[in-house]
Amino acid sequence: MARKAVTELTVVENKPFGSNQQMLVLQGEQELLPVFPGQFVNVEIPDNKEVFLRRPFSVFGYDKENNLLTLLVKELGRGSRSLARVERGRKLDLIYPLGKGFTLPAAGDRALAVGGGSGVAPLIFLATHAASFQIQIDLLFGARSATDHIPSGTIEQLTRCWFTTEDGTLGEPGLVTDHPVMKKLEVYNRVYTCGPLPMMRAVAAMAKAKGVNCEVSLENLMACGFGVCLCCIEPTVKGNLCVCTEGPVFNVNELLWQI
Amino acid sequence: MANLKVSIGKLELKNPVMTASGCSGFGLELIDFFDVSRIGALLLKGLTLKNREGNHYPRMAETASGMLNAVGLQNKGVDYFISHIYPSIKDLNCPLVANVNGSTIEEYVEVTRKIDELEDMAAIELNISCPNVKEGGMAFGVSCPHAGAVTREVRKASSKPLIVKLSPNVTDICEIARVVESEGADAVSLVNTFLGMAIDAEKRTPLLSTITGGLSGPAIKPIALRMVWQVSRSVKIPVIGLGGIMNATDAMEFFLAGATAIQVGTAIFKDPLIPVKIVEGISDYLERHHFTDINQVIGGLHM
Repeated sequence: MARKAVTELTVVENKPFGSNQQMLVLQGEQELLPVFPGQFVNVEIPDNKEVFLRRPFSVFGYDKENNLLTLLVKELGRGSRSLARVERGRKLDLIYPLGKGFTLPAAGDRALAVGGGSGVAPLIFLATHAASFQIQIDLLFGARSATDHIPSGTIEQLTRCWFTTEDGTLGEPGLVTDHPVMKKLEVYNRVYTCGPLPMMRAVAAMAKAKGVNCEVSLENLMACGFGVCLCCIEPTVKGNLCVCTEGPVFNVNELLWQI
Repeated sequence: MANLKVSIGKLELKNPVMTASGCSGFGLELIDFFDVSRIGALLLKGLTLKNREGNHYPRMAETASGMLNAVGLQNKGVDYFISHIYPSIKDLNCPLVANVNGSTIEEYVEVTRKIDELEDMAAIELNISCPNVKEGGMAFGVSCPHAGAVTREVRKASSKPLIVKLSPNVTDICEIARVVESEGADAVSLVNTFLGMAIDAEKRTPLLSTITGGLSGPAIKPIALRMVWQVSRSVKIPVIGLGGIMNATDAMEFFLAGATAIQVGTAIFKDPLIPVKIVEGISDYLERHHFTDINQVIGGLHM
């Protein structure tokens, strides 16, 4: 069997997830290919002739037994806007699984995942996946306000989850980098981060300063998603690499970030 | 089943569907999706003499019914290709066509000589139409003397079938086609991308790092089709048509306009399986219209 597929999945659920995202649950008629945390799918956007290319989305949840794939969709542009409004029962055409995901922590590792915005999706998948191997990944999520955060009960039963809000309505006030846990990063030997670029850079800089292994998940603009168009490149120590095939997850030491 | 075999000079193809250069890597990304021996030929990513990192990010902008790209011929150079990539693709059971680039005639010739030595390389496509490099590229494809000179020298450097890929960014594409034909090209492929531009009005910035880039996709199909029609009536060598082909119907339009084969490019970004779907769709069309051979349709436009 090919390692990647173009397939149609049915939208079996489309419901709000927090105040600014939609959770799309997609079901296949057949067994899905294996999908790992940090990998993504490239979705053909339905009902919008203005959208020519597919749109990439990180996988939020994967349920092998029931052939389910879950995505979080935040309305950011014309593609995500149409997708967020897709009706139940509709079939979505997607290419999957794409990209290289996160390196799972080894047994005994202490790991922290720091996210914000739509970056929380792959990190929750990562923590859930790790928990199935009895590995705990602590989570730290930042948002502007309490209502922008993930709904309570999403992940708390599996791991510790801390929050920051810029307006102080939930958890610690300020940005993720202001949270006390970031001041003692040295207790961890792995940090993962996904979210807005400035946040990832700040988190990566703090991890680097403490000598903690850090993986970041990038979301450069892409056309194909499987390594043929060479549009989504990121400068790295090995030259320009495609985020879609060599990433989206990179060890921060591979990147040329001046941090 | 109708015959799908076509000939591009000495190059015989089991069917007339090729991938377009720069849209299917070196073939290895497509084998994750389908058996590439089912298509006519794989047009490999553009090669240059030396490693090229290409242009800065952002290199892509979605536009109405298409996209702009400004990749800038990112590749690790022809020597790396020969030592690291060619061994893993030469036995794919699909004719391979190298896309040759240069910033000088000497560079074009040197890359061509190296490719000529590869036994399992079926043909060479001479790219004189890349709009995204500062030197060479399209500069050779927009002037008759330059297009003629580079074709003449590359022709001398290889005995493999030579396809010259033409730029649409010219006043008269037929004139360029006739020049490269007279200098020994076995075929012409057209069109490469149209030079275009996109702006973010809110931020008041260009969407591409290079400001301008190459437009592809269905937006350019009617112009590409017109050029294929004009060129196929101007030269005797086969014409390979490309530009916005998204499905088998689009492909049939290019055959009717005079193309002997077609290339699928941007459509692969949307659906990596599209080359094989188009092969199947061509068969269905021929059967539906009671043709026994694709060659009966080529240039068969009723007027």
